[in-house]
Amino acid sequence: MKTLRWILGTVALLGIIALIVIMPFRSVFFAANPTHIGFVGRIIYILILSSLMVLFRVMQGPTAADRIVAIDIFGILIVGLCAVLSIATGRSWYIDIGIAWALQSFIGTLALAKYLEGRSFND
Amino acid sequence: MIDTIGMVFIALGLTFDVLGCVGLVRLPDVYNRLQAATKCVTLGTCSILFGTFLITIDTSLATGLKALVAIVFLVLASPVAAHAVSRGAHRAGVKLWEGSVVDQYAEDKEGEE
Repeated sequence: MKTLRWILGTVALLGIIALIVIMPFRSVFFAANPTHIGFVGRIIYILILSSLMVLFRVMQGPTAADRIVAIDIFGILIVGLCAVLSIATGRSWYIDIGIAWALQSFIGTLALAKYLEGRSFND
Repeated sequence: MIDTIGMVFIALGLTFDVLGCVGLVRLPDVYNRLQAATKCVTLGTCSILFGTFLITIDTSLATGLKALVAIVFLVLASPVAAHAVSRGAHRAGVKLWEGSVVDQYAEDKEGEE
């Protein structure tokens, strides 16, 4: 059973690496003249992989604190994704989305931490 | 040339991101996961934003300056959020991993009462 899991994991990892090398992610760019498309199109796979690991922790996490940490990390990853997309499309408002997402994620994490601590929101 | 330096920064940041997420999946309890994930992912995302600043600074100035603003905000905000979550988890009674050797916050709370 353990050998089977190792083999499955190795095949999945090699498949992801082959996908990154062969087929960059092209369909998300709406810009007329995208720049650095090979680099950015390969990066997006790695960010999606990290986001899937974070979502696994959100589903799996034994306590509520695990889920709060995972949601916080997910917000920070999205900021990086927005920065990378702004390189590819040349549009600066992607970074605005990232800053707004970071603000909302910070406030939400503080509120959830206070709720976890067992206090109300107004003290 | 400056594009290449920016790409090196972005690749370094991606490495930190992936390792932080592996730590989030693999480590045994909340506090270990919080430490691995928050530090690695914050540093990695700051590195990605700095690479964005270096790549886009000569084509559009606005994108680069907004990336710097995002770096400052992340560096200020992320440790505060991590500290709040760990304090809330400790007060909510989340147990430490059984291999942990010291719990000074619990000793401090016993001293107060």
